[in-house]
Amino acid sequence: MTAATLPRVQRLLHAGPGVATDPGLAGHLALHGPVAVPGRRDAAWAGALLAEVSASGLTGRGGGGFPAAAKWEALRRSGRRPVVVVNAMEGEPASAKDRTLLTWTPHLVLDGAELVAVLAGARSVAVCVADDRDGTARAVEAAIAERAGRPGAPAMSVLRPPARYVTGEESALAHWIADGDARPVLRVDKSLPLRAGRRTVLVHNAETLAQVALIARHGAGWFRSVGTDEAPGTTLVTVTGGVQAPGVVEVELGTPVADVVQRCGPSGPIAGFLVGGYGGAWLAPELASTPYAPTPLARAGATHGVGIVVALPTTSCGIAETARIARWMAGQSAGQCGPCVYGLPALADDLELLAAGRADGSVVGRLDQRARSVVGRGACRHPDGVARLVRSALSVFAADAGAHAAGRPCDGRHAASVLPFPRTAALGSVAS
Amino acid sequence: MSARVAVALRVRVDPVACDAYGYCAELLPERVSLDEWGYPVVDGRPLEAGLVEMARRAAAECPRRAFIVDRDARAT
Repeated sequence: MTAATLPRVQRLLHAGPGVATDPGLAGHLALHGPVAVPGRRDAAWAGALLAEVSASGLTGRGGGGFPAAAKWEALRRSGRRPVVVVNAMEGEPASAKDRTLLTWTPHLVLDGAELVAVLAGARSVAVCVADDRDGTARAVEAAIAERAGRPGAPAMSVLRPPARYVTGEESALAHWIADGDARPVLRVDKSLPLRAGRRTVLVHNAETLAQVALIARHGAGWFRSVGTDEAPGTTLVTVTGGVQAPGVVEVELGTPVADVVQRCGPSGPIAGFLVGGYGGAWLAPELASTPYAPTPLARAGATHGVGIVVALPTTSCGIAETARIARWMAGQSAGQCGPCVYGLPALADDLELLAAGRADGSVVGRLDQRARSVVGRGACRHPDGVARLVRSALSVFAADAGAHAAGRPCDGRHAASVLPFPRTAALGSVAS
Repeated sequence: MSARVAVALRVRVDPVACDAYGYCAELLPERVSLDEWGYPVVDGRPLEAGLVEMARRAAAECPRRAFIVDRDARAT
């Protein structure tokens, strides 16, 4: 099947590069129609929206996969009026979905933010865009200016937290909003609403809010009419690596991973799929028919994470690529917790030696043991993600790891990385 | 009056505060070991009655106040 004949469901991404659709308010209203938002909190309206989003089964699209409506329940129990935070930090280098949404259809995200703000009794909405993404920030600011002046609408602004991987973690974002310190905070009881100093914050990923805006218009039944019973709806996936047309695609949850990649035209044979981002996992090519949804991916040893698939060409070395990710992720640590500060560089060191065929014979066991040892021992899940990725590499690329550990590296280590890293990142040298 | 209900206590580490002094592993080896960099790896199962006093002492002795004895928030 060619990419052109695959069935498409387009809900979020009608517009996009090469498609001349107006990202402004007029174009937005022409495409999606208006959405009813009461001027201030209306209990019956709020209850109906909460019920609709609960029934839709929408889960957060920022990586955690937490049911969206559950965050509102926790907040309602607390009785506090929050600041709604749109998390568009997108610190995952292999993700472009949130900035694509905010560039091409910013009003859908802002509709969702406004709905949630009114529902939660919030007076303001803060859209967080990393401080190195000026184009995205300008698109959001232009959209906010177009919406200004309507009575009862929450005040909206753009905030520019520092561009670091961990800044997008919601406790780090709340910490930055409160104190200007973008490091994660240990949360013992995650069922309690998130605090930013004296304020309460309600953080949602940008894509999650765009989905809320569509559910408010079309209802839970419509949302659930695609995807699977367990993972309903569509999701955005950024596809890169060995593909002819890298970019963001919208797919039904449950679409086989191979079909997701097919949408972008694989450029050759594939040695593995990086799914979920740099804190995600490798999926073996034999498991390419795995449905792109949380439970099937978890069963296959991978993870849903953020909507990301990187296709690794067979001309690349999976161990060398994993070493580059581990080194980059070690550099992105907030530097607060010992297991992350010492564990991640140790993992990167061993992976680099392994890829170069210069490690000792016990390297694979040591990598596995160290990866296991850091899990659950940081304030945030940063080390857990790296550990999962490393262990999945040892499994998916087991034959390569064994050969490299025996002093036989492969030529793939000399190939240029197919992974998108920010230009400023210091990459580990694995080609020596 | 109702019978007294035993409150399940556990130990945990605040990883941000912890600076690997290692006193906790010295005082409560039954529940704490150290990783290769000297940071504690704790067994967070409920404490038996006989360990509670030493757990509290380990918490009091931690120079960073990073070793904590409390009820399991996740279980409530």
